[in-house]
Amino acid sequence: MKELLIIAIGSAIVNNVVLSQFLGICPFLGVSKKVETATGMGGAVVFVITLSSFFTGLIYKFILVPLGFEYLQTIVFILFIAALVQFVEMFLKKSMPSLYKALGVYLPLITTNCAVLGVALTNVQKEYSILEGVVNGIGTSVGFLIAIVIMAGIREKMEYNDISESFQGTPIVLITACLMAIAFCGFSGLI
Amino acid sequence: MNKCTERVYNGLIKENPTFVLMLGMCPTLAVTTSAINGLGMGLSTTVVLVLSNMLISMLRKVIPDSVRMPAFIVVVASFVTIVQFLLEGFVPSLYDSLGLYIPLIVVNCIILGRAESYASKNPVLPSIFDGIGMGLGFTFGLTCIAIVREFIGTGAIFGVQILPLADAAAGKGGYVPVTIFILPAGAFLVLAFLVAGMNRLKRHAAQKGKKIAEPQGCGTDCASCGGCGSKVFPTGNEE
Repeated sequence: MKELLIIAIGSAIVNNVVLSQFLGICPFLGVSKKVETATGMGGAVVFVITLSSFFTGLIYKFILVPLGFEYLQTIVFILFIAALVQFVEMFLKKSMPSLYKALGVYLPLITTNCAVLGVALTNVQKEYSILEGVVNGIGTSVGFLIAIVIMAGIREKMEYNDISESFQGTPIVLITACLMAIAFCGFSGLI
Repeated sequence: MNKCTERVYNGLIKENPTFVLMLGMCPTLAVTTSAINGLGMGLSTTVVLVLSNMLISMLRKVIPDSVRMPAFIVVVASFVTIVQFLLEGFVPSLYDSLGLYIPLIVVNCIILGRAESYASKNPVLPSIFDGIGMGLGFTFGLTCIAIVREFIGTGAIFGVQILPLADAAAGKGGYVPVTIFILPAGAFLVLAFLVAGMNRLKRHAAQKGKKIAEPQGCGTDCASCGGCGSKVFPTGNEE
C-alpha cells in the first residue's frame, strides 16, 4: 500500500508529467485558455491514461512477454492506444451521452498525446506490476489535470493584464509554465 | 536537383520545425539540457524522418487512403524501434540520457505531419530531401537551444568547460552557473524568449510586406497539427 502511495504522489506531483517530464505539452499550451475546457481535457486524459495503462500492462504481460516480442512494444502500444481512444469515443457516444458531451471533443486529440504512450512505456521500463502501472497512470494523469487546470486559471486572470506585444500568446504562457515548474520543484523533497 | 535543394532550404530556414512551425515541442523542451543530447536527439529524429518519408512515399500508391494513418504509424514505429536498438548498441551513453524520449519519437508531430502533408503526395526523391531538410532544421533548432541552456546552466558547450567556474572554497573567482537553465523551468524560459523573438521578427517582416510561415503545432491549437486532430482508424463516417 505504501509503495502504491509513493508511486501515485511521485508521478502526480514530484515528477509532474508536464512540468518536469514535458509530456503532453501540446494540449497543455493549446487547450488551457479556459478552466472549463481545461477540466474537460484533463478529465479525458485521466480516463484514457487509466484505461490504457491497464490494458497495455495486460498486453505486455500476457501477449508480448510469453511470445518473446518485447521489442515490438512501441508499435503495439501506439496502435493499441489509437484504437482504444477511438473505441472509447464510440462507446461513450452510444451509451453515456452526458460524459461524451463533456469529454468527447477532446478524445481524438489524445491519440497522439505523448503522455499516454509515455506512461505505458514507463510502466514497462520500471517493471511495474499491472496494479502499480494503473496507479502510476492515475497519478500521472491527475498530475496533468492539476497542471492544466492551474494554468487555465492563471490564464483567465492574465486576460486583463497588459503584456508587451512580443510576449502575448504563447511566450507568456511559457513564462507562466516556467514559474509553475519552479514552484513544483519545491515538492522534490517530498518522497 | 533544384527541387531537392529547395526542400532542404525549406526545412532548414523557411519552415524550420523548431523556430517557425513550432512542432515537436516535447523533445525540444525535454532533451536540450546539454548540446550533445540535443544533437543526438535531432539526428535520431532525422534518421527516422528520412527513412519513414522514403518508405511512405514509395508506398503512397499502395496504401488505401482510409487506413493511411495506422499504416504511417506502423512505418514510423518500426523505424523508431530500429533506431532505438542501434543507439542502445552503439551509443549506450546517449541512449541512457535520452531514455524515454527515443521511443516517443513515434508521436513527434513533425514525423507524422511530414508523412501526411508531404511524403504521401510526392515522389520518393523530393520526400527524402524533405526529410533531410526538416530533420536537419530540427537538429539545428535543438542544438541551438541546448547550447544556450548548457552554456548558461553550466558554463560549458558540448561538455567542454568554456568559462572557468568559481570556487568559493579556494577563494577563486569565476563563472557562477545559473543552474535553473538546465532544470525543467529553464527550458520553458528559454523557449518563451525564443518565441517572443520570433513574434517580433514576424511583426517586422509583416511591416515590410514579407510573410513568415505561421506556427502549426503546439501553442496554436493541437487540432491543426498533422496527426493529432484526425482519427487514426477509419470509422466509416468519412466522406
